[in-house]
Amino acid sequence: MTLLLTKRMNDHPQSSHTIDVYEQTDGYSQARRSLQMSRDELVELVKESGLLGRGGAAFSAGLKWSFLAADRPAYLVVNADESEPGTFKDRQLLERDPHQLLEGVIIASFANEVNHAFIYVRGEYSKPARRVQDAVDEAYAAGYLGKGIFGSDYDLDVTVHLGGGAYICGEETALINSLEGLRGEPRLKPPYFPAVKGLYMKPTIVNNVETLANLPHVLALGAGGYRELAHETDTGTFMTSVSGHVNKPGNYELSHGITWRELIYDIAGGIRDGNELKAWIPGGASAPWFVPDRHLELDITKDATAAAGSMLGSGAVVVMDATTCMVAAAERIVRFFSHESCGQCTPCREGTTWLEMILRRIDEGQGREVDMGLLLDVSDGISVGLAWPPKMTTICPLGPSAVSPIKALQDYFRDEVMDHVRFGGCWKDRASRSSSAEKTEGDRQAARRSLPTTERGSGGRHPEMTA
Amino acid sequence: MSLWPEEVRARAETVVSRYPERRSAVMPLLYLAMSVDGHLTDEGMEEVARWTEITPAQVRAVASFYTMYKRERTGRYLISCCTSISCMLLGSDDVLRAVEDESGVPHGETDEEGVLSVEHVECLGACGGAPAVQVNYELIEGVTPEKGRELVRWLKTARPAVVNTDEMQGLFGGARSFEWGIREEVGAVGPYPAFQPLGTVESEGSS
Repeated sequence: MTLLLTKRMNDHPQSSHTIDVYEQTDGYSQARRSLQMSRDELVELVKESGLLGRGGAAFSAGLKWSFLAADRPAYLVVNADESEPGTFKDRQLLERDPHQLLEGVIIASFANEVNHAFIYVRGEYSKPARRVQDAVDEAYAAGYLGKGIFGSDYDLDVTVHLGGGAYICGEETALINSLEGLRGEPRLKPPYFPAVKGLYMKPTIVNNVETLANLPHVLALGAGGYRELAHETDTGTFMTSVSGHVNKPGNYELSHGITWRELIYDIAGGIRDGNELKAWIPGGASAPWFVPDRHLELDITKDATAAAGSMLGSGAVVVMDATTCMVAAAERIVRFFSHESCGQCTPCREGTTWLEMILRRIDEGQGREVDMGLLLDVSDGISVGLAWPPKMTTICPLGPSAVSPIKALQDYFRDEVMDHVRFGGCWKDRASRSSSAEKTEGDRQAARRSLPTTERGSGGRHPEMTA
Repeated sequence: MSLWPEEVRARAETVVSRYPERRSAVMPLLYLAMSVDGHLTDEGMEEVARWTEITPAQVRAVASFYTMYKRERTGRYLISCCTSISCMLLGSDDVLRAVEDESGVPHGETDEEGVLSVEHVECLGACGGAPAVQVNYELIEGVTPEKGRELVRWLKTARPAVVNTDEMQGLFGGARSFEWGIREEVGAVGPYPAFQPLGTVESEGSS
């Protein structure tokens, strides 16, 4: 297994974050080399390598660069606003090998004629932000950032910016608004394609941490060498964050071409307590869910996942075993999107709130026979036909993402939803009620009332709506 | 007339200089304002408006968009319990309830003394070490309900001047998302991120 991004931190667990170790392990040699190349050569090399954006959209990084308009100044913005539930790979790359990211930043900045780059780190990542700031300070002191870097006539400044706790700022145009000192609301595309009208209405490249951290390796291996690590259309390696009911959760850097069975059972150690696998989310909370009888033998590639109606997204795999209540799991994911909706677009703002309230009442045993239909109806209003990839009714994909768990309930767990409706709540509560005589209905409702709800939702209050 | 002490004004000047346009400094300056007053006050937001040359209403529009800008009285220690999907699957709701119960502070509120605030938050990016809790944005992974209670008691009695992620992980944490062999000697001093450019990073044993 070839390791690119995590090799240094594996080899030097105590010191991979320092500039000394980075340079002893060939660090910054590719940044130096890139300064001898032309913009066209670099863009072409990255295009040739097949490097795909690792933030979720999996769009060709080189192609993205080639769209940069001619107007100057141009900006590079590093999207380190990692907050898709289930995802924690960028945190490891930021904390443990920040210079690898900075070398990628230098290469990308030079390739795109950028003299000021911003690293937008989510606000809750205070330790990763400190590590990156330390690395930036070290790089300035070494002359690798600032005026005339590496003794050339090329200037590059880097500003590390802390977010404020808004998931939506991971959307590139929302991130740009946030960086301008505005509310983090996504902009309409067109006309606000970042490559044309981005930060301060200037051409801007927004790249994810993992994408940029790959650049030194793309240069070192060459486009051909990087492509050789490929399986079908996916090149290089990929980072995946595995969480939930597995024995060995964590970040793994893997070669393409393994199956979901291999990832969940071999690499992540199988399901806890020898339980059965019930479902998993293949690419972060936004992705439609997979189930064992249909998807376990599929290859983990962009194309195979898309053909099965989902996406690899942020690379986050959330595994749920047979003890999981699917209504509660769906409610928790929908609650996330409802909480994080910026509120600009009615289908998302209203729709996610309704989905959350309907799911909560089903979960609490107050569901009605019509509720599954109602969930689908509201979902259809956010994401027409519940298609994947979604037919958009909104400026950004946040709203349609909230529909993924509803689609899973409809496709695979409809019986479990109807069971909640008909028997007044979750099978898990019924099981524990019959086993513990002292637990009264009053206790159960009191426990339910203290469940966290979104601040602006109506809590457990029932929407007055009839079908 | 500025309400901020000289050293904070100098810090603000440096922060503003890191951006091509003054307005871009509004987010870091809001944290700076919180570090002066303990939370975001009207006066703090007006001061940020002066520094960024926008109106107080525009500053408030930004502050109200993001969850980390606390516009109400906030405790010296802000306990944030993640309850998103990966943490929920591994029992985060029980951790939150234990923290609420031990502290007597329901999520979204602050105790009378102004020592503890408790909130439930969406994904903290620590899913491999679920359930995750942060104190003043310093992370603890693999927290159980009982460890959550111990954390509350420790904060109430020890009242550390600086909260350090490695110290808390050792005392109250369990499995982590990934191994990290280096102990950081710094930490947070209030309910806002500890970050060098904001001057909010303190060494243990200082202050």
